[in-house]
Amino acid sequence: MNQAERLEALRRIIKPYVTDEEAFGNLTEETDFIKDLKINSAHLVDIILDVEDEFDIEIEDEAMEKMLTVKAALSVIEEKAG
Amino acid sequence: MNHSKILELLPYAAPFRFVDELERVDEQGATGYYTFPPNAGFYRGHFPGHPVTPGVILSETMAQIGLVCLGIYLLQDKIASGQQPGVAFSSQAVDYLKPVYPGERVKVVSEKVYFRFGKLKCKVQLFNAQSELACQGELAGMCSPITAQL
Repeated sequence: MNQAERLEALRRIIKPYVTDEEAFGNLTEETDFIKDLKINSAHLVDIILDVEDEFDIEIEDEAMEKMLTVKAALSVIEEKAG
Repeated sequence: MNHSKILELLPYAAPFRFVDELERVDEQGATGYYTFPPNAGFYRGHFPGHPVTPGVILSETMAQIGLVCLGIYLLQDKIASGQQPGVAFSSQAVDYLKPVYPGERVKVVSEKVYFRFGKLKCKVQLFNAQSELACQGELAGMCSPITAQL
């Protein structure tokens, strides 16, 4: 899976939890899940669990805490999924 | 962690504490009881002359016993002295099947779906005084140790 495919998969995972549709429409690598997309911390956990299933990876607490933006999430996914 | 220690760490007080006793708390879930006092304030307005326990209060009872008591148990090694469990209800999908009247002792049974990254999600059932299923659903909340504010 290349970077564009990973971004597309991540976008699909995030979609059900987004409360700011406009910010979701303007999604970039800099988009912050909590500040921009208005996702709460409980749904951020759901996203991480969905990411684990989608990419067949295991994410530990330390990595999870870093995954606050699209860019940071993609970087953790890339590192673990290879 | 024994049941009385869990009850001691519960971050609620009257009139918003809906746990009397715990029967079982382990890695997989919790079971406990609460009796709704017939003189509870919400019965005066819900409904005048026809008191019924509000659904939101039943959900709260399910959350306090099923999620928070279990969350405290699961966090036991992480709650240091001087700290207390910080909790926040994050979502619920509950179906209400039978009314619960003033004075009824209800039983709440929860089963953990997962506890990861501070989020605890459980399937929870509440049984009325006749041991009939009164409501059930999936509840989730965030649970982590916080330092007490003085």
